[in-house]
Amino acid sequence: MKLADDERRLGRILLTPAVLYIIALVGGPFMLAIAYSFSNVTVSSAGSSFVGLENFRSALRDPTFLRSLRNTVVFAFASQALVVVLASILSIALQKNFRGKWLVRLLILLPWVAPISLGTIGWLWIFDPIYSVLNWSLRSIGLLGAQSWPVWLGVPELAMISIIGVQVWRTLPLATVIQLGGLSSIPQELHDAAEVDGASFFRHLFQITLPLLLPIMLVALLFGFVFAFTDMIVIYVLTRGGPYDSTQVLASLAFFKGIDGGDLSGGAAVALFLLPVLAASAVLILRFARRAEVV
Amino acid sequence: MAGTLRKVGAIVVHRAVVVAFTAFAAFPFAWMVITAFKQTKDLLNPEHNPFLYHAAPTLEHLRVLFFETLFVRWVGNTLLVGAAVVVITLALALPAGYSLARLTGPAGERFGIGIFLTYLVPSTLLFIPLSRVVSTLGLKDSLWSLVLVYPSFTVPFCTWLLMGFFKVIPRDIEEAAMIDGLSRFGAFLRVILPMSVAGVLTTVIFTLTLVIQEFVYGLTFITTSTHLTLSVGVPTFLVRGDVYFWGSLMGACFIASVPIAILYNLFVDRFIAGFTVGAVKG
Repeated sequence: MKLADDERRLGRILLTPAVLYIIALVGGPFMLAIAYSFSNVTVSSAGSSFVGLENFRSALRDPTFLRSLRNTVVFAFASQALVVVLASILSIALQKNFRGKWLVRLLILLPWVAPISLGTIGWLWIFDPIYSVLNWSLRSIGLLGAQSWPVWLGVPELAMISIIGVQVWRTLPLATVIQLGGLSSIPQELHDAAEVDGASFFRHLFQITLPLLLPIMLVALLFGFVFAFTDMIVIYVLTRGGPYDSTQVLASLAFFKGIDGGDLSGGAAVALFLLPVLAASAVLILRFARRAEVV
Repeated sequence: MAGTLRKVGAIVVHRAVVVAFTAFAAFPFAWMVITAFKQTKDLLNPEHNPFLYHAAPTLEHLRVLFFETLFVRWVGNTLLVGAAVVVITLALALPAGYSLARLTGPAGERFGIGIFLTYLVPSTLLFIPLSRVVSTLGLKDSLWSLVLVYPSFTVPFCTWLLMGFFKVIPRDIEEAAMIDGLSRFGAFLRVILPMSVAGVLTTVIFTLTLVIQEFVYGLTFITTSTHLTLSVGVPTFLVRGDVYFWGSLMGACFIASVPIAILYNLFVDRFIAGFTVGAVKG
């Protein structure tokens, strides 16, 4: 359809306020973040000067930064690898109709829908060093000996496992619901044909369902990955990056450096390391989302 | 015989999977409820089975929460910010969504995706410069800083959502209204908007949930305890010193989580459709 000129003008007028708002509060600060990372600005300083790549260089020399970078990668990859497997199992299970499905769906969505910081406080109590209900339960079913009582958030390896577990808990609902949508868009005839040919459950799963689900699965995976890679809420509430920075990630390090420590340029430089991964993810999301449409 | 056995086996496995996942998802919330009504001496006795009540249930923790903490104040702050952000979001996203759906032609589609992608720019990348912007504007430690900044992620998402809503309204409806003498803008205001109640309602719900969930900006901009919102106030200020008042804390988490979850659940399919950039046909 062709648009009249005055309609085009009206279109621009209606769009402009939203675009200006986004430019002012996303585009502007984004540029500012880049500018900060090349300067030596702090909370208390009025002026600042250009320091080139110094902030990035000193970040790369800083063992805490390198540790955080590694933790971020481990945290994002491990949690999303688990999510993609678990979400596939769960979404296939939820595709079937059964009694009480609406309630199951509501309960499964809870971790995603409830404010993350508050759900995570629930886990803080579950991981409590003295009164951990998790330890109590493990002991009562005999998985934990009388002498052992793991302090989940106090030991580096266990703390990493704990935050990964909570991140899985929190992103699983999103991935599951996205994949459910993908499952329902697979034409019924394909399932029927497999049935007629007498394909076994696993053959059906691996040769029909999963390949067709793949593009939408990747979209879900990338969203989860972006959230895990850039987030600090679970970590801030559970460990504040501890013990000994063993769960510090880029986002939380940027916060402690830039906001708590007042080193704006240092914090901004740390946060900018998120950017390449973000940009790559966005490109891939678009590509897979387009391909999924064809299915 | 082997066939029925296999069928029974499949049902058992299916049940077990569903139950296990549901338990994993819901356990922390069940645990909040159990904790919130337990007397402290019962709660903090490692000898007790934590799933059972060894002393009579109590409302003491909830009394403390409502009358001796800032919880009610935080609920009020959250609703205030939520309402203001909803107004700003609707004012910006309704015209923008309509424009992208109808008035910008094929370039609008790409533009729309561009706007949606800004939603992926995380707060952890922007909070440092924004904290400077907020203090320059004299809004540091004020709820208005949140009112200013939150639309930066609600507007992109809701514009995208509303664009989808407007697209499915048949074009004939506006054209008929315009033949009857309304201008394009008049048709949008008087004919299209009243038809889009469902879209507007969905936008309101999502804006509210995004506001209630937001944590990073709240933590960054607000320092005075009376100015906090729920998602920041509960995890930071309900812990007094090193002492965790688990009963009140769990009560607060449950009360603030579950109602919004039930509300959101009604609209979740549209949310997901938006998320997958229209990849899932609903």
